[in-house]
Amino acid sequence: MSIAYQIVVCGSIVPDPLQTLEPVASPTGPALKNEMMLPAVLDPWAGHALFEAANLAKNSPGSKVWLVALGPKAKLQQVMMTVAQKVPFELVALDGSSSGFTDATETAAALAEAIAAIPGFDQSKLLVFGGWESASRGAGATLQMVGERLGILDQFQGVDELKVNADGSLEILERIEGGKHQVSRCASAPAVLGWATGNLPEPKNNPQVGMVNMRTVMPALQKAKPTQLAGAGLSFASVALPKQRRETQIVKDQAPDAIAKEIVAWIKQ
Amino acid sequence: METILVLAHTEADGSLARSVREALHAAATLHKSLAGSKLVVGLIGDKVQTAANSIAASPATKYFGVTGADFTQSRYATDVAAAEAISQAGQATVIVAPATSRWARVLPGVAQRLGGRADTHVTGVAAADGKISVSRWYYRQRMEGTLTRTLRPWVIGIDPGSQTACDCGAGAAVVEMVAVTLTDAARRTTVVGLREPQADAQTIRPDAQLLFVTGAGWTKKQADGQTHVPEAEKLILGFLKQARASLGSSKSLVDLGGEGQTVLPFLSHLNQIGQTGATPRHAKGLSTCCHGEEPHTVGWRFINERRAISLDPNCGWARGKADVLYVADAFAVITKVNELLAAGSAA
Repeated sequence: MSIAYQIVVCGSIVPDPLQTLEPVASPTGPALKNEMMLPAVLDPWAGHALFEAANLAKNSPGSKVWLVALGPKAKLQQVMMTVAQKVPFELVALDGSSSGFTDATETAAALAEAIAAIPGFDQSKLLVFGGWESASRGAGATLQMVGERLGILDQFQGVDELKVNADGSLEILERIEGGKHQVSRCASAPAVLGWATGNLPEPKNNPQVGMVNMRTVMPALQKAKPTQLAGAGLSFASVALPKQRRETQIVKDQAPDAIAKEIVAWIKQ
Repeated sequence: METILVLAHTEADGSLARSVREALHAAATLHKSLAGSKLVVGLIGDKVQTAANSIAASPATKYFGVTGADFTQSRYATDVAAAEAISQAGQATVIVAPATSRWARVLPGVAQRLGGRADTHVTGVAAADGKISVSRWYYRQRMEGTLTRTLRPWVIGIDPGSQTACDCGAGAAVVEMVAVTLTDAARRTTVVGLREPQADAQTIRPDAQLLFVTGAGWTKKQADGQTHVPEAEKLILGFLKQARASLGSSKSLVDLGGEGQTVLPFLSHLNQIGQTGATPRHAKGLSTCCHGEEPHTVGWRFINERRAISLDPNCGWARGKADVLYVADAFAVITKVNELLAAGSAA
């Protein structure tokens, strides 16, 4: 039984993890120093979700993938130049802040509205994908709120595997404590899946896919809806880098035997 | 006046996990600091009386329960309905819950249903001058923020391991049962089981005292110009077995396995710590053959005592991040450590 899904991936951009990040105060609350200058990448977990979505769409004829992204338009365009070469999708862009200091509730409201406005939106075929956390706010909260707003009661977080069974039911592996997975069976779409790493490697760049995607990416960016995230009722008392720098004792020229004894004594303390 | 609700689910045996007592401690701290506040507890599970009795000496003045077979499963639709019903019954303005995998899935949805706000991965709570503030980390544990909210209800998910556990004792609690009506739509998902490595192959042990972090150096060419991956595997597994440690890994080492190379087959993304992995909490951490600068080291942000073994005395992973850096060959040192641990357990 093959089902044509509407797979909507929610994912935005984050500063390249290798960049040095420094918080600063701005008129609208905390921000990152030189935020607009920092190179950005697609959020890693959202990336996993996007690759899993593309894989599912490939194996479910008639399915289609949308990437709904809220971020500064110029930065989104920059990141899409790379991401668009990975897998086929249609971009739905929202022009607003991708800061980690924004509120998940407000982000979710904007994303849910954008999803519901997708032409041909059919909730019975809908799978909402995204990262189980972002590398910015890292809350793991937005997807659940998007799901609630869209009336989706079947939600899964920390997903590492999704299998569509012959009867159309979905078998889902979610990460739980202690390196285990919970296995759940969901009758059918709609569902929300917050992906952990999944099982797929990052696809290689494919310029042909990039060219097809860019036909819709540029118009989507041009008509990206301005989105204000006011942070109602939220105020930050402080945001700071951890001050703690340890005075590292460096032990050189010691025989492995002696080091081993010291380590064992420390472990047993 | 705040009404603080501690939400908890029972374990399979009807008990409460340590993380519940940590959330209870955080909530009790708030309650103590907020004049006129009330503290109540909400429990979800097949049966909750035993669990309620186990914390009956807490400062909570009321206990609510949602029970039944539908609420034994860790399932979004039923958990969110139960949490919503308890929050409404308790007229909660602040909802504190341990961020277990079960609650982490549900808490933001609860906030959405109640028209409130949610903050997750909270590592600290405080109250002063009648205002509650919480601390949490941003940008993958790179910076810590302290924030307050005026909107209620405020749902706060406490990171397990970040708080002292409440040592409130047992007694006899009176539990007020809350009825939850479920539609068929709430039962479309069924939990069919757990998948876990065999007991002797389980390398992730959240309760372990020690986190053993392995880096890509284990798979690189050694002094003789050859790689020694099978030997590395034996040493690492031997250490985990003897020290009863939990295994963390750098992304680079995990990714090698994902790229189809036969590298340390027991490692998966579940072991990965750092920017795109976990930030586990253990009393001690020992890193071996790890390298990299600040972004890579956030994986052991919450490790109290840290030691490292590396051939590079300037290793960014260790300098300024570890208490002790042993400039040595990890193969040689861990071989000796394993021998000593084995001799110690045999004695």
